[in-house]
Order: sequence, then structure tokens, then C-alpha cells
Amino acid sequence: MSDAKIEFRGVHKRFGSKVVLDGIDLIVPKGQSMVAMGGSGSGKSVMLKCVLGIIRPEKGEILVDGRNVLSMSASEREETLCKFGMLFQGSALFDSLPVWENVAFGLIQGRNMKRAKAKDIAIDKLAKVGLSAEVGALYPAELSGGMQKRVALARAIAADPEIIFFDEPTTGLDPIMADVINDLIVASVKELGATTLSITHDMASARKIADKIAMIYKGKIIWSGERADIDQSGNEYVDQFIHGRAEGPIRMEVLKP
Amino acid sequence: MNVFAIIGRTVLALLTEIGGVARFTWNGVSHIVRPPFFWHLLMQQMMRIGYFSLPVVALTAFFTGGALALQIYYGSTDFNSENVVATIVALGITRELGPVLGGLMVAGRVSAAIAAEMGTMRVTEQIDALSTLSTNPYKYLVVPRIVAAVITVPLLVFVADIIGVMGGYVVGVASLDFNGPVYIKNTVDFLKFDDVMSGLIKAAVFGFVIALMGCYHGFNSKGGAQGVGRATTNAVVSSSILILAANYVMTSLLFAK
Repeated sequence: MSDAKIEFRGVHKRFGSKVVLDGIDLIVPKGQSMVAMGGSGSGKSVMLKCVLGIIRPEKGEILVDGRNVLSMSASEREETLCKFGMLFQGSALFDSLPVWENVAFGLIQGRNMKRAKAKDIAIDKLAKVGLSAEVGALYPAELSGGMQKRVALARAIAADPEIIFFDEPTTGLDPIMADVINDLIVASVKELGATTLSITHDMASARKIADKIAMIYKGKIIWSGERADIDQSGNEYVDQFIHGRAEGPIRMEVLKP
Repeated sequence: MNVFAIIGRTVLALLTEIGGVARFTWNGVSHIVRPPFFWHLLMQQMMRIGYFSLPVVALTAFFTGGALALQIYYGSTDFNSENVVATIVALGITRELGPVLGGLMVAGRVSAAIAAEMGTMRVTEQIDALSTLSTNPYKYLVVPRIVAAVITVPLLVFVADIIGVMGGYVVGVASLDFNGPVYIKNTVDFLKFDDVMSGLIKAAVFGFVIALMGCYHGFNSKGGAQGVGRATTNAVVSSSILILAANYVMTSLLFAK
């Protein structure tokens, strides 16, 4: 498929005896926002980390702009990583650096930009996520969870990446702050024209930020389609998940007394 | 219970650990000579590892020098050879006690701090975030710590040598009634450049071991707060044991006749 920005082909990953990814096949089209949803431990975060080279899969191919990132040299991989921005589940802000340096980190260290210029860009990106320049001087530990997410979003978009990954962007936030983050994600992505791959189990978030949705279950993509089609997927796993029912084909591993 | 299975598992775990350390060492060392270099981080680490360890190393050296002078004096009075006190204190401090005790004190202070800091960065995904921001974690985190420790631990030990000898002098003159100028003359006359140099070479190796073990255990920590605690303990224990083992090997190599 020529408009694929990211393509997973038969990606396998296991940790010990636990199979986490069991032949993932997924295409993320250029300029589109794909949301991969699924329960906890279904392999969603591992999928993202495989693309970024943080985790190496045992089998399969991951193509970014048609090139397999798994067979790249270290320097090629570093070059490819410049295309990416990522918002981590726990924000993953560097607690030893002030907020503005967190946002400007990729520009200063990764792209050798002058600190003064990088600081101006960081302040501008902070403004885009609704944070004042004064916040830039604070340290991450001085911020609330919602503000940390906003800083993490500002960091993810600081270098105007072609591809942005969002790892559970609304987890741990109250519904209003979650919606604020969703709006910021949509606005930022629209402005950048970036391709995004988000993972979440928050259906409200998925409905807001997705163009396409894929459902991952037991390491496999069991359904994918347009956001509008999710309610008529005809897939009983998807139905159970989006309605949050305990009863259905997805059995939670819960020990009952 | 199958005894062979237990032995097999233990051997495999040991080999895996050795392989992991070897690979980590290679990654860390190979990045020392490859740009970019984070000079400001190197300076920062030299302050943390070297300057801030000075009080604890100085106190250790002073009291060790004093205690050594007392022990040698009490042991040598039976043979009427008290005049060897200054010489043996100087040789003992510069060849063995300065580097080994200094190394162990720095291991307890620095190796633990490195492992705790890096372990926290690992479990909060800050190390993963570095990769996504086009920054190699080995270059950014590991190299500055290793280089700083290799440079500053010998400097610390050099200071410890002086203070340790001074501790012996203070005890010798103040409580053992030695003549001050004679004590100093005995120290200077019998102390050779090689004695001091051998201790400094040992200290550089100990510095490498301390930083490497701190980085390795921190970098590979997993499992939240408990994992960070385990990494910290492992870093101190392994660096202390390796310092003692390396000391024996280097003593046998450096002083072989």
C-alpha cells in the first residue's frame, strides 16, 4: 500500500513463555490518526516500543516510509527516530531538568539547536498546550498530572515530527482534563499534519482522536476499520470492549473467591 | 526437585549476567570515543562523584592513617623498630588502604546513587524517552559517569593518600612522641613514585568498576520501587566485591618480582 506511513508485518514478540505480539499486521496510513485499543497487557505499548527500537521483536517487519526499521544500522535508526515524537503513559519527563528544557530536549541534544532558539520554540509549544512561559521555569515535580501530560505533549510536538505516538494519553486524568488533552492532541496533529498511532483503552479518547481504530487482543489485530464503523463492527470482542461489559468472549484473568 | 535443573538454571543465569555486563561494558566504552560528547554532563558528574565524595574519603583516610600508625607502633615496639612506623604508614596508605578504602567508600556513596537515579529513570520510562528524542542513553547517561569516575577517583585517592599519611603523622607526633621532621623525612625518603602511581592506577580501575556497576544495575532495573532498591543493593555489593578482586589481581601484577 503506497500511502502507508507505518506498516507492521507479522510482528512477533514474547517475554519468556508469554506471547505478547502474535503476528501483528497493521497499516497506519500517512496523515491519519490510528488508535489501537485493547485491554491491559494486550501488547499495545510493546507494539509502539518495537517501532522505536526500545524492544526488539523476534520475527516480522516494521516499515516506516517503506523501510524496515528492524534491519537498519544504528545511525540509520537514529536518523529515522528524528521523525518521531512520543507522549509516554507516565509522561516520562526528566525530573532533573526544568520544564522548558524538557520540551526543548530533542532540539538541543538531538538536533544541536542553540539553547536560546530552542527555548523560544519550547515556550511557543508550551503556549500551544495552554501553559504559560512561567511554567517553563518550574520542574516536573512541581506540576499536577494534567500539566505534566501537557508538557509531555509539548515535548512530543516540539520538533514538528512526522509521526507521533501517544501511549495512553488520558490515563490517570479526570474526565475534563482528559478531554482537554484529547482536544490538544487533535489540534496539534491537525496543525502538524502528522501521522499518529495512539494506544488507549479510553473509548471517549479513541472516538475523539481517531480516524481509524484497530482492536488488539491476545497479541493479534482482531478488527480494524474507520472510527465511524466501530459501533457496527459486527465483532463481539469489539462490542464487549467498547461497551465495557464484564460478560462476553473476552475473559479477564480474575481469581474469584 | 531436580538438582541438575537447579544447577543448569543457575549456570545459565550466571552466564546471562556475565554476557549482559560484557555487552553493556562494550556499549558504554565504545561510545566514549564517538561523538557527540556531553561535556557539561561530564563536569556535573565530576562534581558529584569527585568533589562531593571528598569529605567521606578524607575522613576515612585520616582515621585509617592514624589507626595504622598506632597498630604498627604497638606491633613494632617488641622489636625496637618503631622507626618504621612512618614508612609503613606511607606505603600501606598509598599502595593499598588509600585506593581500596577510598574505592569502597565511593562505591557505597556513588554506585548506589547512580543505580538509584538511573533505575528510577528506567522504571519511569525516562530512558526510553531519551531514545525517542534522538539521544543515545549510553552517551548521555553512561559515558559521562564512567569517564568522570575514572578521572576523579584517582584524584580522590591522591588526596586520601596525603590525608592518610597526615593522619599517621598527627597520631605519631601527638600521641606516640615521634619527632615531626624525622617522621616526615622517613616518609619522604622511603616512598617512591611507583608506590603512589600503583595506587592511582588501581583507583582509576576502581572508578571504572564503580560507575559501570551503578550504571549497569540501574539501566537494567525493573519492577518499580522494589526493582530500584534491588538495583541499588546489587550495584554496591557487586562494585565492592569487584574492587576487592581487582585489587588482588592488580597487586599481583603491579608488584610481581
